[in-house]
Amino acid sequence: MAYGAAAKGHDDHGHNPTGWRRWVLSTNHKDIGTLYMIIAVIAAVFGGGMSWLIRAELALPGIQFIDDFHFYNMMVTAHGLIMIFFVVMPALIGGFGNWIIPLMIGAPDMAFPRMNNISFWLLAASFLLLIGSAVIGGGAATGWTVYPPLSTAMFSPGPAVDFAILSLHVAGASSILGAINFIATILNMRAPGMTIHRMPLFVWAMLITAILLVLALPVLAGGLTMLLTDRNFGTAFFDPAGGGDPLLWQHLFWFFGHPEVYIMILPAFGIVSHIVSTFSKKPVFGYIGMAYAMASIGLVGFVVWAHHMFTTGISVDTRAYFIAATMVIAVPTGVKIFSWIATMWGGSIRFDTPMLWAVGFIFLFTVGGVTGVILANAGVTMQLHDTYYIVAHFHYVLSLGAVFAIFAGFYYWIPKMTGRMYSEKLGKLHFWLTFVGVNVLFFPQHFLGLAGMPRRIVDYPDIYANWNLVSSIGAAITALGTLVFLVVALKALTSGEKAAANPWGEGATTLEWAVPSPAPFHTHEDPPVIGSDGHH
Amino acid sequence: MDAGRRRKQMTAMVLFIVVGGMVGLSFASVPLYRLFCQVTGYGGTPVTQAERPTGPVSNQEIRISFDANINRDLPWRFKPVLRNMTVRLGEEVLAYYEARNESLSTLTGTAVFNVAPAKAAPYFNKIECFCFTEQTLKAGVSVDMPVLFYVDPAILDDPDAFDVRAITLSYTFYPVESGGAGRNDDKPVRQSANTAL
Repeated sequence: MAYGAAAKGHDDHGHNPTGWRRWVLSTNHKDIGTLYMIIAVIAAVFGGGMSWLIRAELALPGIQFIDDFHFYNMMVTAHGLIMIFFVVMPALIGGFGNWIIPLMIGAPDMAFPRMNNISFWLLAASFLLLIGSAVIGGGAATGWTVYPPLSTAMFSPGPAVDFAILSLHVAGASSILGAINFIATILNMRAPGMTIHRMPLFVWAMLITAILLVLALPVLAGGLTMLLTDRNFGTAFFDPAGGGDPLLWQHLFWFFGHPEVYIMILPAFGIVSHIVSTFSKKPVFGYIGMAYAMASIGLVGFVVWAHHMFTTGISVDTRAYFIAATMVIAVPTGVKIFSWIATMWGGSIRFDTPMLWAVGFIFLFTVGGVTGVILANAGVTMQLHDTYYIVAHFHYVLSLGAVFAIFAGFYYWIPKMTGRMYSEKLGKLHFWLTFVGVNVLFFPQHFLGLAGMPRRIVDYPDIYANWNLVSSIGAAITALGTLVFLVVALKALTSGEKAAANPWGEGATTLEWAVPSPAPFHTHEDPPVIGSDGHH
Repeated sequence: MDAGRRRKQMTAMVLFIVVGGMVGLSFASVPLYRLFCQVTGYGGTPVTQAERPTGPVSNQEIRISFDANINRDLPWRFKPVLRNMTVRLGEEVLAYYEARNESLSTLTGTAVFNVAPAKAAPYFNKIECFCFTEQTLKAGVSVDMPVLFYVDPAILDDPDAFDVRAITLSYTFYPVESGGAGRNDDKPVRQSANTAL
């Protein structure tokens, strides 16, 4: 009750800003969520554009049009950083998280609305810094992993890498503040009756994601600070000539980097759970198991980082441990996959567009997961390290996994956000073009990697020619799908038919469907009370 | 309302402390890592200031390669007298590096070292080494710098390391800035090197 009263007090002050103030000074979780979505779309245009340039260059052996190799390396770097920090994270965490979490738990807004505003604008500033890094001094060409010695002042002189480091610093600060906000909101502002074991799975996913962010991002910040002082102030954290060790960076980076991949995929798990349940007209199978599977994935994710470092000369016992720990993650992940399938089993399934994307997610994520188990073996990774097999693996789990979940969430929640339905026909066309496109794009990269084609290089020998061409054709099909998406999004914003409060029927049981569509500026001012049957 | 507000602020405060703690831990990993490596010989830190070998000399031979690097700020020439040696396990061996100051002024340098493969490091014992102290060379002077070491035959009993047939000993010389001890103190370069040596 208390929070409802607080939000009303807010209203009484006449705090309904309009015009640019509404957006720039926004403290409203829905507006901030929308801003995050906008930045994700803008960044996706940059990041996606770079990937299509890369695929166009790689379509044929030899150099097609990128004769500045530094520029190619810069694009590989920027594509990775943009997609991770400015597309997937803002869309899943900042976008859907801000929009949906308060609605789902029956809270009027986030715990710290002003801090929420700061989180967003820090991210915007960070994006400008990253663009600055690409424009000034030819851009950072270190790969998104920024390994020293390549990223040290000796091999990457000029301000580009410093700009990239600062950009990541600011993005990290933004995410940490956002994560603290989510944890404070979820722990303290749930509607009466919504105990921790009655929270919807997307709320569980965001809570665990936020905890991972709070634990992992400060380590990246520490490592980046060391790199910054190594580059500019003569310290030698990563310089053996001064008693440092470049491997220290890899340990710090992957201690952040491995949880980071779960940070990107856990919200996707949450979204997919809701969609599968909604369109099967059944509650999620094994709710408690699903929640704790995510928790254990998050936990184990912190003790497997050195599987990214199998070729750095770590001892055989260390490798054995990291192999075993990595494979353990397949168990909770399997629990989730089987529970989704069990949710669909015997359900009254409707393959509307969100469900297509969710099932597509399950299929593609499983493919990526299987190659992940293969790569967990240090002996295999010795062969496949830094080949296109790795590229195929992480694009299956992230580019196809996380991104499919973003589209699934988009189609699922867009009626709630805009009050208009999307075009079912175009949505399905978007799905099938993308599904075929990405598989044609990434599946052949497994073959290229097994044949030994190294990643992050602008050219390749003729033996790799054919599958590269196939892969580039897949990229073109995916690009076509993306154009369809832009049309769908535009129509859903402007001319779609009006959506009901709950367009999905009895399967959709979470609280966001109890408020009108589009969701009004202020919702849940008097918190709803959850009965004992209100189990998400 | 106040109770709810306080609870939220409490949550946020705890989380900020966690964030601070994780940043602190990432920096603490530097001294912790160094301590760990020195104690365990992990990551290629050889055993320094070892006792002379006491056990019998084994017939098993092992090849030692010597590698030399120099920091670009130190205008010296630095190379091993012999690139490779084949020695017996447990045998006390004296090897030399040659350093020459090619500048026109007196310069002081210190060497840091490492052993590859890392798993052989705990068995690589240095009794005496030019790297234990700072080295000062007058302009144009060339000296031979000794390193006295042995490889512990116990390496044969280590299930991880018994297959090692060749060990590379690597040095990197870097400059020690003359005068201004205070300036040296605030450079982790110096501190870490001194601790490691």
